[in-house]
Amino acid sequence: MMTRPSRTASAAGESGKEPIIVVNDLALVVATVNGTGSQTANTALLRSFFSMGIPVHGKNIFPSNIQGLPTWFHIRVDKDGYIARRDPTMLVAYNAQTIDADLRALPKGGVAVVNGDLAPSVQRDDLITYEVPVKELLRATDQKGKLRDYAANMTYVGVLAHLLDVPLAVVEEALAVHFGRRQKLVDLNMVVIRASHEWAVAELEKRDPYRVEPMDATDGLILMTGNEAGALGSVFGGVTVAPWYPITPSTSFIDALREYLRELRQKEDGERSYTVVQSEDELSAIGMVLGAGFAGARALTATSGPGLSLMTEFAGLGYFAEIPGVIWDVQRVGPSTGLPTRTSQGDLAFAYTLGHGDTKHIVLLPSSIEECFEFGWRSLDLADQAQTPVFVLSDLDLGMNTWMGRSFTYPDAPMERGKVMNEEEVAEHGFGRYVDRDGDGITYRTLPGNPNPASAYFTRGTGHNANAVYSERAEDWLENTERLSRKFDTIRELVPASEVDVAPGATVGVIAFGTTRYAIEEARDRLAKRGIHFSTLRLKALPLRPDVRSFVEAHDRVVVVEMNRDAQLAGILRAELPDLAPRIDSVAYLDGMPFTAPFVEERLTPFLMRVAAEVA
Amino acid sequence: MDRTRTVASNAAGLTKAEYGGTPSTLCVGCGHNSIANQIIQVAFELSLKPHEIVKLSGIGCSSKSPAYFLGMSHGFNALHGRMPAVGSGALMGNHTLRAIGVSGDGDTGSIGMGQFKHMLRRNVRMVYLVENNGVYGLTKGQFSATADEGLDLKYAGHNDLPAIDLCLEAIAAGCGFVARSFAGDAKQVRELLKAALSHRGTAFLDIISPCVAFNNDDLSPKSYAYGRDRKSPLQELGWIPKAEEIVLEQGDPGGLSVVELHDGSRLKLRRVEADFDPTDRNASVQRLMVAAQKQEFITGLIHYDPSRPSFAEAARLPEAPLAALPDDRLRPPPEALEGVLQRYR
Ligand SMILES: Cc1ncc(C[n+]2csc(CCOP(=O)(O)OP(=O)(O)O)c2C)c(N)n1
Ligand code: SF4
Ligand SMILES: [Mg+2]
Repeated sequence: MMTRPSRTASAAGESGKEPIIVVNDLALVVATVNGTGSQTANTALLRSFFSMGIPVHGKNIFPSNIQGLPTWFHIRVDKDGYIARRDPTMLVAYNAQTIDADLRALPKGGVAVVNGDLAPSVQRDDLITYEVPVKELLRATDQKGKLRDYAANMTYVGVLAHLLDVPLAVVEEALAVHFGRRQKLVDLNMVVIRASHEWAVAELEKRDPYRVEPMDATDGLILMTGNEAGALGSVFGGVTVAPWYPITPSTSFIDALREYLRELRQKEDGERSYTVVQSEDELSAIGMVLGAGFAGARALTATSGPGLSLMTEFAGLGYFAEIPGVIWDVQRVGPSTGLPTRTSQGDLAFAYTLGHGDTKHIVLLPSSIEECFEFGWRSLDLADQAQTPVFVLSDLDLGMNTWMGRSFTYPDAPMERGKVMNEEEVAEHGFGRYVDRDGDGITYRTLPGNPNPASAYFTRGTGHNANAVYSERAEDWLENTERLSRKFDTIRELVPASEVDVAPGATVGVIAFGTTRYAIEEARDRLAKRGIHFSTLRLKALPLRPDVRSFVEAHDRVVVVEMNRDAQLAGILRAELPDLAPRIDSVAYLDGMPFTAPFVEERLTPFLMRVAAEVA
Repeated sequence: MDRTRTVASNAAGLTKAEYGGTPSTLCVGCGHNSIANQIIQVAFELSLKPHEIVKLSGIGCSSKSPAYFLGMSHGFNALHGRMPAVGSGALMGNHTLRAIGVSGDGDTGSIGMGQFKHMLRRNVRMVYLVENNGVYGLTKGQFSATADEGLDLKYAGHNDLPAIDLCLEAIAAGCGFVARSFAGDAKQVRELLKAALSHRGTAFLDIISPCVAFNNDDLSPKSYAYGRDRKSPLQELGWIPKAEEIVLEQGDPGGLSVVELHDGSRLKLRRVEADFDPTDRNASVQRLMVAAQKQEFITGLIHYDPSRPSFAEAARLPEAPLAALPDDRLRPPPEALEGVLQRYR
C-alpha cells in the first residue's frame, strides 16, 4: 500500500525556509513489546486528543501472544474526521526487535521518537529523529523492579506531549479516566510523564511539523469499543441468557456484557435477571442459546470464526426448528485458525448459510459503535420476531479497538417478543406450531410452562408437519421449506435498510459493509476532489432488501469492496441478482490489516476509469 | 377438561392415558419402550402437571422415546450428543421447569461425553436417563462406548476396548444422584424415577435397556436374560411422598436407611449389601470399580449427595423464570444508559 506524502512536511527548520506546520493531522504508530503495559500509555494519548476535541481513532495491531512479541498501536488524528487506518508518518520506536523494520517503513520526512537505549542498525538521514534517554529518565524518577518496563512507556507520552503540544493537565485527566479515578495510579504514571516532558522541553529542539490544537469536533461524542457497545445494546435489549466460550476477538464482548449486567441488572441482594455461563465449547454455547430460546428467554453468545464452525449443526437446527437466538461473530482472519488477532470479513458467506442443506440466516452487519449498540438490542427483537438465529458479524477492528461515536439512542420501541401464544390464546384459536395463520411464513409458538395442554409440541430438527409431528411425507417437507422461504421474504422487510448515498450523475456504485466504510468514504472524498465521483451503498443486513437491487440497477457498474479473498458478498449479490450479475465487479483483499483510503482509491481507480472510457 | 370421565384420574385430574404420547415406533420388545411406560406410570402416580415438565433428548432410538410419553409436555429432540446443552439452556430460560432428559449410551458416552459431564458440573434440575444398550441402535448395531469388553456381536464384531462406566463418570463430574437400573425391573425403575424427580439438581439414571435387534444374546451383559438372572440390587427401594409416614418393617438383612430428598419426600433403602453406604463418595466409586472387576451387575442408588446447590441457586436466579420476566426488569431505564455513557465521554 502506498502512502502519499503530500501532507507530510519535508525536514523542517532547514536554514532559510519558513517551517511548515501541520495541525491536527497525524498518523502515529507506537511500536512496543506486547505485555509491557503500553496500552495505558496509548490509551492516555488517544483520550488526550479526544478530550482536546480533535477527531481521533486508535488501532491496536497485536500478536497472538500474551507477553514479549511486538505490538503496534496506530493513532490517527484528523481534523476532518477521517479515521480509517493511515500509513504512519510518525513513529515511536520502543521495540528493539522491530526497530529496524519500523524505521525503514517510515516515509521520507517521517518523524521517529526512538528509545535511545536501543541500537538500530538502520540509519536514515531523511527522517527527523529524537532520541529519548529512557533508562536515564527512569533512574531519575527512581523507577524500579517490575514497574520499570511499564513506566518506560510513559516516557514517550511525556515526550510526545511536548512535541505535539498536548497540555499535561489533559494527559493527567485522560489517565484519571483510564484508571477510573484511582489517583494513586495516576500519580505514579504522571511522575514519569512529567520528568520526560521536562527533559524534552529542556533538551529537544522541535524540528518536525506536527502539532495538535484544541477543536470542538468531539463534543457530545463517546469513545468506546464495538464489543462494549454491542454488549451494552444487548443489555438494553433484555438479554437474559449468555453462554459463551472464550475466543479472541469476542471475549471482551462477554467481559463487557458481564460488567454491564452486574451494574444494571443485579439486585442489591445479589439476585440476577440474567445468567452468563462459560460453557465447555461453542457447540454447547449455541446449544444453550437455542435451549433458552425455546424456553422463551432472550439468549445470545459471542464467538469468532473457529467457534462459528463448531456451531454449524446447531445453526441448521435453529433455522429449521425455528428457534430464536443471537450469535455475535467478531470476525478474525481464517481459514482454519488463521491470524487470530487480525481483522477480516471472511465469515460472511459461511454465516449466511451456516448449517447443512437449505439454510439461510439473518446476518446483521454493524460498522460503528452506534450500530453495535443498536444491533445489540435489535438482534434480540429480530430473533424473537422471526423465530430464527440471528448472526451479528462484527470484526476484530470494530470489536476491540476504540472508536468515536455519537451518544447512543435509547431503544425507540418496546421489546418485540414475537408471536407467542399464552394459555387463553391457545384456547381461543387452537394451536399448531408450524401453521402459517398469518400467511407471512412466521408461525405462532408456545413456551414450555404454558398450562394449556393443547399448547405442548415436540420440537425437532427432523422433518415435521404443521403440527410439529414427525413426517417424511414429501408434501409436508415441501410445505414447510416453502413456508420457510416465504418467511425469509418477510424477514427482508424486518432487517435494517442499507445506507445509500447516490452521487448525482455517478455511473459507478460501490457496495460495502462493516468497517471498510471508513477507507471507502475517505477515498470517495479524495477522488471527488479530483472530479471523480461514485455512489455508495453500505449494506447493514442479509437477506437483501429491495434497496440493493435498485442501487445496482441505477449504476452501470457496481464494485463490491470487502475484506476477504474470495469476494463473498459479490458472490452473494451475483447469485441473488443474477440478471444484474454482469455489472457486479469486485475488490476483495485480505492481509489482516484494515484498509487505507489510498489503497481503496488505487483499487477503485481502474473501474472508475474504465467506465469513464466506456461512456466516452 | 372432561369431568364426566369414568376412568380413574389422579390428583392432577388426569388419567394415565393422558400421560401417554404418540405410539412408539421402536422395535417390539425394545427396552426403551418399557422405560417410557414407567415414566408414564410414575408421572401418573405422582400427579405431575405436564406443563411443569419439559422433555429433552439427543439422537438415537432412545432419544426418540420422549415422543412416546407425556404428550402434554413441551419437548425438544435436539442433536446427537447435544441434549445436555439444550437442556441446560432451557432450564436457564425457565428454571421452574423439571426436565426429563433421555439419551442413549452412544449419545452420552461417545459424541456427548463432554456435554454430559459439564452439564453434571452445572447441576441443572434434570432427570438424565441413559437408556443403555451397549450399541448404537439407530445406526444399526455398532459398538457404543459402554459395550462390554470382549463382547462379540454379529454385526459389530469383537469389542476389545474397555467399557466406559457412565455412573463412574457421573460421580467424577460431581453428580449428586447416581443410580443404575434395568429396564426389566419396572418397580426399581419407578422408585428411582420418583426419587430422581424429587432431586433439585441433576439426577443421573443409567438404565440397562436391551436392544432386541442388535445386542440381546443371552450372554451379553446388556441382554434381558443376563439382566434378569444376574442383576444384583444394592438395596430394595421405596419412595415415600412428603406427607406420608415411613412404615418400618422387620427382618431387613442390612437394616434400613432413609434418604431425605430435596422436595421433602424420602427414599427408603432396605440394604441388601449391609455395608454399602451410597452417601460416601469413595465407597460409591469403589463399589463400581469392584463391580466392573467382578462383572457384577449392581443396581440401585449408587451415589447420593444433596449438598451441592442447583444451578438456579448458584446463579442467583429470581423466583420467576428468566423467560417470564417483564420488560421493565430486562430493559433498564434511559437514565441507566446515560449513566454508563457518561464514563465514555
Ligand atoms: C452428528 C451426528 N453424527 C452421527 C449421527 C448418526 N447417529 C444417529 S443415532 C446414532 C447412535 C445412537 O446410539 P445410542 O445413543 O446408543 O442410541 P440407541 O439408538 O442405541 O438408543 C448415531 C451415530 C447423527 N445423527 N448425528
Ligand atoms: S434397534 Fe434396538 S434400540 Fe433401536 S428400537 Fe430396535 S431394539 Fe430398540
Ligand atoms: Mg445405544
